[in-house]
Amino acid sequence: MTDPAFARTTRPAPPGPFANALTFGWRAVLKFKHVPEQLFDLVMTPIMFTLLFTFVFGGALAGSTGDYLQYFLPGILVQTVIFNAVYSGMGLCTDITKGLFDRFRSLPIWSLAPFAGLIVGDVLRHLIAGGIILGIGLILGYRPEAGVPGVLAAFVLLLAIGFGFGWVFLVVGLLVRTPTTVLTLSFSVLFPVVFASNIMVQPETMPGWLEAFVRANPISWMTTAMRGLLSGTATAGEVVAALAAPAALALVLMPVTLRLYRRNA
Amino acid sequence: MSDIPPTDPAIRARGLIKRFGDLAAVDGIDLDVPRGEIFAILGPNGAGKTTLIRMLATLLTPDGGEATVLGHDLTADPQAVRGAIALTGQFASLDEDLTGRENLILLARLWGFSRRDARARAEALLADFDLADAATRQVKAYSGGMRRRLDIAASLIVTPGVLFLDEPTTGLDPTARQKVWRLIRQLAGSGVTILLTTQYLEEADQLARRIAVVDHGRKIAEGTSRELKAQVGEGFLSVTLADASRLDEAADLLAAQLGARPGRNAEDSRLTVRAGSAAEANAALAALIAAGIEPSDFSMGAPSLEEVFFALTGGPGAGREATE
Ligand SMILES: Nc1ncnc2c1ncn2[C@@H]1O[C@H](COP(=O)(O)OP(=O)(O)OP(=O)(O)O)[C@@H](O)[C@H]1O
Ligand SMILES: [Mg+2]
Repeated sequence: MTDPAFARTTRPAPPGPFANALTFGWRAVLKFKHVPEQLFDLVMTPIMFTLLFTFVFGGALAGSTGDYLQYFLPGILVQTVIFNAVYSGMGLCTDITKGLFDRFRSLPIWSLAPFAGLIVGDVLRHLIAGGIILGIGLILGYRPEAGVPGVLAAFVLLLAIGFGFGWVFLVVGLLVRTPTTVLTLSFSVLFPVVFASNIMVQPETMPGWLEAFVRANPISWMTTAMRGLLSGTATAGEVVAALAAPAALALVLMPVTLRLYRRNA
Repeated sequence: MSDIPPTDPAIRARGLIKRFGDLAAVDGIDLDVPRGEIFAILGPNGAGKTTLIRMLATLLTPDGGEATVLGHDLTADPQAVRGAIALTGQFASLDEDLTGRENLILLARLWGFSRRDARARAEALLADFDLADAATRQVKAYSGGMRRRLDIAASLIVTPGVLFLDEPTTGLDPTARQKVWRLIRQLAGSGVTILLTTQYLEEADQLARRIAVVDHGRKIAEGTSRELKAQVGEGFLSVTLADASRLDEAADLLAAQLGARPGRNAEDSRLTVRAGSAAEANAALAALIAAGIEPSDFSMGAPSLEEVFFALTGGPGAGREATE
């Protein structure tokens, strides 16, 4: 080793925040390549939900499996995106426990870049999972009446929902010590909130107190708007209502995330 | 190593403090690390080594005191400090799912290298660190020594002004340790200031020009290894007993003869005690033998760093583990 590479001082111009975020996004893509199992997790749960609910409960809940699929599919998209967002929180927690985050933090980079990278990974996950569920729905007979523009609009809303909820789990990932705790904690909160919505069942069929809760649940608003966008009946009011929660979450939790990241504990 | 005149130091810390609840993990440490040197922080488990390094690397905000790294103030301008340093933490900070090469490319891209330059830089570092063959393997499948080397390589994407190495060879076998030592020396030879922590006296002795001994968050001694040895005393008598059960008896006898309590190493039944002169040591040994305590081995000489360390921290019996 006469002229070791490490002795050479090359210092490129510092990259912009956007370039940093893209690099972290590239990392997220590499993870898909090296850990394809995560895609399996990601997609199997919603597929199972779709098949199970459509064929087991569909007839009882909506009279026919076809009618039920038409009702259920937009909701399962919302549910999938929210569940998938948990994985970013887990990934973040893993990075912290492995000390990787310390390395990132000791680099002179834009401090939100690692989070932006996680979000890029999220977006990819949401698109992949959403695409697969929609595909299966189409095979089973689901018909989005609003056609391609409706589907595109629905996916934009879907990404907005994923983005908003993503921050919740990033915060959990920063606060909790082990990745499995992120998972169990998040799901124990998510399950009741997601199930007590209009994703699977019409609220009219529920007891009064529950119906009131379901109608006030922002997840119901999102699901209603998804149904509307896919069938072409959405009103502007519905879409705004659907965006309220994700926007509020992002606005409130982004600074919290930064504060926690810089907290230095 | 070149003899750079002691102008402004690479690291200058005054009264650094970090508390975790009631515990002052770092309790007022001053440090002056000259440029281009290897400086070792030596201390037992829980001494505060990691906490000190994490503060200097901007990962922890000090609760008191101040410090500059290459002239940049730690609290006023942490981003400038980050641009001038690199940290290899106590535990490998790598993405286990990615390959060795991808880990390096990721960091090179974050530093701003173009796609092509990042790849070239990664290849060069992999070659230098003997990792070319493992470049396309996931880090998961790396051995401890390979991880450590990759981890250090990851800190050298851009040659830092100051490199922090937190226990760089803990858990490595002797061959892997030698490799890492060689790398550290080469780095220092190329002008990088290195602040490393270690629990191994031998490591500090081998690598570092200056050593600070830290215990309970405080610096209890500092100097070259020779100075530290001199601080404790020049002559040491070291006696290993054939019969370990007579250790107490022998310790009492030596204490009476030489006027100082021997330090003891229970594992290999060895006693170490300061002796003013060879004649005194000789007399003490004679007294042992006269009492029927047979030494299986004895030596007289300058204290090893281990002995210095025990003398400074209160001996191996006063370890920190119990209080953690
Ligand atoms: N984040 C933390 N929260 C609470 N206590 C901490 C934290 N980090 C360190 N400590 C405590 O501070 C003290 C110093 O810890 P530190 O990790 O700096 O020691 P060290 O010298 O690096 O030890 P080791 O050789 O085991 O790595 C220990 O008692 C430890 O338990
Ligand atoms: Mg440590």
